[in-house]
Amino acid sequence: MWKVAEKSYRLTARSLVSLSRSSLRNKSATVSAIEYEKKETTVPKAEANGSVESKSFVMNLFRGGLVPDQVLPYPKVITQEQAEFIQAMLDPMEKFMVEVNDAAKNDEIAKVEDHTMEGLKEMGAFGLQVPIELNGLGLSNTQYARLVEIVGRHDLGVGIALGAHQSIGFKGILLEGSKEQKTKYLPSLATGENIAAFCLTEPASGSDAASIQTKAVKSSCGNYYMLNGSKIWISNGGIAEIFTVFAKTPVTQPDGTTKEKISAFIVERAFGGVSSGPPENKMGIKASNTAEVYFEDVKVPVENLLGKEGEGFKIAMHILNNGRFGMAAALSGNMKAMIEKAADHAMNRVQFGSKIHTYGAIQEKFAKMSMLQYVTESMAFIVCANMDAGYKDFQLEAAISKVFASEAAWQVTDECIQILGGMGYMKDCGAERVLRDLRIFRIFEGTNDILRLFVALTGMQYTGKFLQPVSNAMKSPLTNIPTLASFFKTYASKRIGSKLGWDLGPSMSEHIHPDVSSSAKLASKAIMQFGLAAEDIAIKYGKKFIDMQFLQNRLANSAIDIFAMVAVISRASTSLNNNEENAKLETTLCNVWCNDAAKRVQENLTSLSDKTSLQDFKAMADLSNMVIEKQGVVQNHPLGF
Amino acid sequence: MARVLVGVKRVVDYAVKIRVKPDKSGVVTDGVKHSMNPFDEIAVEEAIRLKEKKFASEVVAVTCGPTQNQETLRTALAMGADRGIHVEIPAADYPKVGPLHVSKILAKLAQKEEAGLIIVGKQAIDDDCNQTAQMTASFLDWPQGTFASELKLEGDKLTVVREIDGGLETIELKMPAVVSADLRLNEPRYATLPNIMKAKKKKVDKLSPSDLGVEIATNIEVLEVSDPPVRDAGMKVENTEELISKLKEAGLV
Ligand SMILES: Cc1cc2nc3c(=O)[nH]c(=O)nc-3n(C[C@H](O)[C@H](O)[C@H](O)COP(=O)(O)OP(=O)(O)OC[C@H]3O[C@@H](n4cnc5c(N)ncnc54)[C@H](O)[C@@H]3O)c2cc1C
Repeated sequence: MWKVAEKSYRLTARSLVSLSRSSLRNKSATVSAIEYEKKETTVPKAEANGSVESKSFVMNLFRGGLVPDQVLPYPKVITQEQAEFIQAMLDPMEKFMVEVNDAAKNDEIAKVEDHTMEGLKEMGAFGLQVPIELNGLGLSNTQYARLVEIVGRHDLGVGIALGAHQSIGFKGILLEGSKEQKTKYLPSLATGENIAAFCLTEPASGSDAASIQTKAVKSSCGNYYMLNGSKIWISNGGIAEIFTVFAKTPVTQPDGTTKEKISAFIVERAFGGVSSGPPENKMGIKASNTAEVYFEDVKVPVENLLGKEGEGFKIAMHILNNGRFGMAAALSGNMKAMIEKAADHAMNRVQFGSKIHTYGAIQEKFAKMSMLQYVTESMAFIVCANMDAGYKDFQLEAAISKVFASEAAWQVTDECIQILGGMGYMKDCGAERVLRDLRIFRIFEGTNDILRLFVALTGMQYTGKFLQPVSNAMKSPLTNIPTLASFFKTYASKRIGSKLGWDLGPSMSEHIHPDVSSSAKLASKAIMQFGLAAEDIAIKYGKKFIDMQFLQNRLANSAIDIFAMVAVISRASTSLNNNEENAKLETTLCNVWCNDAAKRVQENLTSLSDKTSLQDFKAMADLSNMVIEKQGVVQNHPLGF
Repeated sequence: MARVLVGVKRVVDYAVKIRVKPDKSGVVTDGVKHSMNPFDEIAVEEAIRLKEKKFASEVVAVTCGPTQNQETLRTALAMGADRGIHVEIPAADYPKVGPLHVSKILAKLAQKEEAGLIIVGKQAIDDDCNQTAQMTASFLDWPQGTFASELKLEGDKLTVVREIDGGLETIELKMPAVVSADLRLNEPRYATLPNIMKAKKKKVDKLSPSDLGVEIATNIEVLEVSDPPVRDAGMKVENTEELISKLKEAGLV
């Protein structure tokens, strides 16, 4: 299927189209993660008229369209029974995290205390999404999200220990495992008797995960693979018994030649030849074990191949893509805790004769912290609802929720510490630990930078596809006058309309409550302008866009802001329609957020074509080059010495 | 071995800030977090421990109240009770229900179930009545061990260490008996998530008070529920002179 796509992606003279896989591949600087994640998307075939193929909101944003299916009204895919079940679990989990778990102690001793670990196992926390018949709790994504919020609220280190186990460690078995693999491994993993780890990263292969060197070679008898290589920074690496390992295997191509492709394996420590290094000494999430894992002539039985040979990368991306909502949910719980901590202080602390919460500077912080939390929570529960609804195309929303949540949480804790003043800097207060713990969330499971590029490039590919009929037509313009004429007519009219302000983009009014209509108008306008910007980029740069990270970043930031706007507009509308107690306050959160976000979108989109911005991007690249060349700052000291 | 009956009440959660309804007819309960009365959790825990130590044959949790009381029953089942009985009282009638009705219900159920021991919390944190154990014992004409902080069962001899004003009192009761749990009797366990799941499958019988021949009528009329008066803020004084002068200022001495 991809081959076909690749061919039809050949560009026209005017480079009217998009990014092809081959062009990505040629660009060693561009991450293979992006490439593969894209490959994973099963984009349905384009219809002749180029109409909607994906139901993803963000995907369609890149065509200036509003596809409401996944976002409006606010999706909620949880049955009454599921809701009652998970509700019954919240209290015990909360109590456990408060009364048994000691985050400060875990941080201090750099591991989860033994009795807490045992308690978590008994609690069932290691098999939340494993089917009931395999010893798990069989939670849906929405239920899982609701529960991990509590873990994130109290201890991010424990959150990662649990997440590395089930969100990535054995998720591959859950998603892609055969029946035999599931029945063999999941029961003891679900109870926590065995701990799992996800082994992708290597010393020379981080973001560019396709470049891994670990090798698995099939034995001549055909019964096993010989696995060799080493992995670094593996969460649970030192304590796991079961590893999902990604390694290169020689795969025979249809034409008879062999090619090294990545495959995924289930590896037991008990196979022999598996060893791990000492726990890494880290900045945060100290409770979570991180270690190197070495594989030396490990005999992996062929039945432990996960999925098919050569499909390993797809599986790795599938796993990560399916886990991101959990991070957003855990962080939304974390932000709640930090807001509460700050509110408690601000209500009692008196300076200059007044409680500090009466001062505007502090009030602005609380308002912004609340908005960041509200957006994160709204995104997290949109993504898991869509996953539960059976949608497969949620990868951009999932990536955005991870990026947004990890940055929002950082800001919230940072401001919490600011509100607490010196007290916030003290270890006993607990906020500094959270700040340390939070930093990793912007780095692992796809750095936020890489995920931004992923959003921009995957989206632009979708834009390009849409424009493809036009690009084909351009090949022989004379015989395709009608196609081109109609394209350029709409092209021109959309832009003129936009300039005059009378075409305000796809309307949301049928989906939303009137109290958020001003926000909805801003969002509609942003969607339309985003679509125009994406189209312009496709036309102006074509595949050259792949190299333009300054632009990609800004395009991604706009997409993030717009998705955030729609998420809260949808959420607030639902609350208003349900006459919920705090719906008015939600309306405020939504409207203030959208006013602000709309301005940022404007600025970001403008910078994509604005002359000064483009010059600045060039200048910044030059500056960076100088810094690298000089291996330090570019200027001399003001004193001259 | 005795069958143990445990009473569990659904109350407004201890962490919730109680608000009085604007019409002063009661406190706000709609949309407010509820949970099992903490003293009842202790009662459930004690019953389960008796069963684990093979002193009890079965633990049956009983709750009286509207549909939502199911949740409370499920919590007891998730903690380890074997089955539940929900004596369903429509929400509209529930305000009329007091310890008198609940003790009548418990007494009838004890006979019906041939229970050898009833354990309830010493009081509920909503109305703080502290009457159910005593009344139940009286209806059944069983001995009672209230405010228990330790329980020992040997054959049909039950030793109860009671928390009384000024210290502890140890009494011996002959089973069948009624016990009310005090705070220090034990530390209740958490319901684990797998047990919450398993609890979904445990049997819960539904009865109405009339099935047990208990009439929900009351002679008590609530005239008004109001917030306790707000106390004025106090102040700290440096020494006795200042104290005296402040008292004089306020016209109190
Ligand atoms: C505590 C901890 C736990 C971890 N747990 C696991 C685990 O359980 N399993 C596992 O497999 N891995 C794990 N990792 C590894 C983690 O996923 C990687 O650190 C991450 O993928 C980034 O890779 P890297 O560190 O090699 O950074 P690099 O890929 O070297 O990136 C360095 C910087 O360059 C940027 N960059 C890279 N390529 C590009 C590009 N093409 N364009 C623009 N910018 C680029 C990145 O965004 C980043 O800012 C863990 C790491 C840590 C620190």
